[in-house]
Amino acid sequence: MSDAASTSTTEVVGRSFALSSLITSAVLIALVTLPAVLPEFWTVNIFVRAMIFGIVALSLTFLAHYGGFISLAQMVPAGVAGYTIAVTVPDAIPANGFQLPYGPAVALALVLSTVAGLTIGAVAVRTREIYLLMITLAIAVSFYFFVQANVEFLNGYEGIRNVMGPDILSVPLRTPAIFYHAVLAVSVALYALVIYVSRAPLGLVLQGIRDNPRRISALGFNVALHRIVAFGLAGFIAGVGGVLLTFYNIGISPGTVSTHATISILIIAVIGGLGHPIGAFIGAFIFTIFDTFAADIYDRDRFNTLIGAVFLTIVVASPDGIIGLIKRGNALLARDRSPVSRSQTSIAP
Amino acid sequence: MSLELFLTVALNGLTVSALYFIVAIGFSLIFGLMRSVNMAHGTLFLVGAYAGVAVFYPLYDDGNAYAWIIALAAGISASAILGVVLQIVFLGWMQGQELRQTLVTIGISIIVADQLLAIFGGLSQQFYAPDILFGSVPVPFVQGGQYSTFRLFQVVVAIGVGFGLWLILQRTKLGIVVRAGVDDRAMLAAQGVNVPLISVVIFAIGAALAGLAGVIGGTAQPFGQEKDIEFLLTSLVVVIVGGMGSLPGTALGALLVGMAEQFGQSLFPAYSVMLTLLIMVAVLAFRPHGLLGRKLS
Repeated sequence: MSDAASTSTTEVVGRSFALSSLITSAVLIALVTLPAVLPEFWTVNIFVRAMIFGIVALSLTFLAHYGGFISLAQMVPAGVAGYTIAVTVPDAIPANGFQLPYGPAVALALVLSTVAGLTIGAVAVRTREIYLLMITLAIAVSFYFFVQANVEFLNGYEGIRNVMGPDILSVPLRTPAIFYHAVLAVSVALYALVIYVSRAPLGLVLQGIRDNPRRISALGFNVALHRIVAFGLAGFIAGVGGVLLTFYNIGISPGTVSTHATISILIIAVIGGLGHPIGAFIGAFIFTIFDTFAADIYDRDRFNTLIGAVFLTIVVASPDGIIGLIKRGNALLARDRSPVSRSQTSIAP
Repeated sequence: MSLELFLTVALNGLTVSALYFIVAIGFSLIFGLMRSVNMAHGTLFLVGAYAGVAVFYPLYDDGNAYAWIIALAAGISASAILGVVLQIVFLGWMQGQELRQTLVTIGISIIVADQLLAIFGGLSQQFYAPDILFGSVPVPFVQGGQYSTFRLFQVVVAIGVGFGLWLILQRTKLGIVVRAGVDDRAMLAAQGVNVPLISVVIFAIGAALAGLAGVIGGTAQPFGQEKDIEFLLTSLVVVIVGGMGSLPGTALGALLVGMAEQFGQSLFPAYSVMLTLLIMVAVLAFRPHGLLGRKLS
């Protein structure tokens, strides 16, 4: 490559980095100021819900993009965390024997969801691709049947209600503005965590395993262990989503971890695009919009047909989701502008 | 557990296994040749059952004795047609993109399940077995000394399906081509075999078996919403345990899962699902390709 070309490539990269951090800050500022502009219905019923589903979907996107594992069991650690909260906190109905304040309950929930993630990883460790997909689906559905059947601790079909959430600085978490900003802060933190891990040794090894497990193994890394740890981290992320979801719904019932919910998380991640962690949140936003306004768009009861059609269209037209569409759109624009960036886009995946 | 109860539960397990075999063998066949996980397999089961119901009740209400046979034919055809459409319109041209095929079939199963709900409503439905299979027959040593005729018939159908498929796979040209395709699809195509056409035929057979199971299963017990997911899950577990694409493996897997389910339900009802899961985990830990499966290239 000639000197001139390489300098301008660096320039392009530098410019796109500056541009993307500019966009990121603009989006963040917009999100933080949103409650001042939008009615509560939008912030709570659309944005908070989208961010919570986005967090659970983020755990799937993390596994899929950096590890190459499509797990359908991400609602399991989320459910484990949610049920742990519901079973331990004092205000829950029906009440139970072992009670904890919210702080330790949340900590316990996240530990258990991480353990659940590690367990799923350990069960699925020797399988790949479609086998992994099938096994995780089987785990997810079994978990759903299990919580539905467990009346003794989890109150079976009805689930556990009245989980009001903790007070933050003696203000109830349920105050809409507080809840919105708390969920936003957690989403941003988890998103940053995923980006950080992707550049840390763990993430680099995972991406190596995704591309060529044999070579990584030959380099002396324990492939199985890294895979299990990735599932553990994904379990933690999904667990945070599960805790927030339980606060949002003021309780938890088997419906939260149903096959329908499991598939919804997959739909969210795929619609947004598995190619980048932000896809999880984009997908969750689109999903929530359709979920909320299905009645106006097509038919109140036919939400599934609507979202199924959207999902099918995206999978058939653009397997890498909205993110993929945006990337290809950018590549097209860039190609028109300069010959240098064309060579760049052809290298990019 | 008394001997009578034990035998009854074992017989229940056997008859349930028979149904699971009929559903799962289609799933396994499709996977074996095309490496595509058909997540809409449970949907094909439900489409067969509902298509059967749609023609069954008008005929039955008019007092036609052959209503059930017509329903059976309608269920099988409806599923087979849907399977062929699925393969030709969506899956055929994405051959090799396994994940994309899986996602497409998930999307289709969501849409079809929702449309079935819109057309047929949420109530459970059931076929009445034809007179010759209705009621029960004396069976020694089981509880009450009687057992449902239709559930025994289910076993006969499963054995017939298994034997028929074995004959097709081992003794016909189609079988030779299919077995070769399982081993090396590209080489088969290089030999001049029309692999896409064979794929459509296999998809039609697999889907038809799901439709057959839909009407048979819908006669043995009521069916309705969420049965698609239940039978998809069962098919998944059966083929994971038994081994993908293997006929005897699927039979063994179905037997293990059916027995585990029935004994689990009678011994510890709330956690019988966990038993099935544990079997799957144990098999995966020691034989990742299933009990009788082999490593596929």
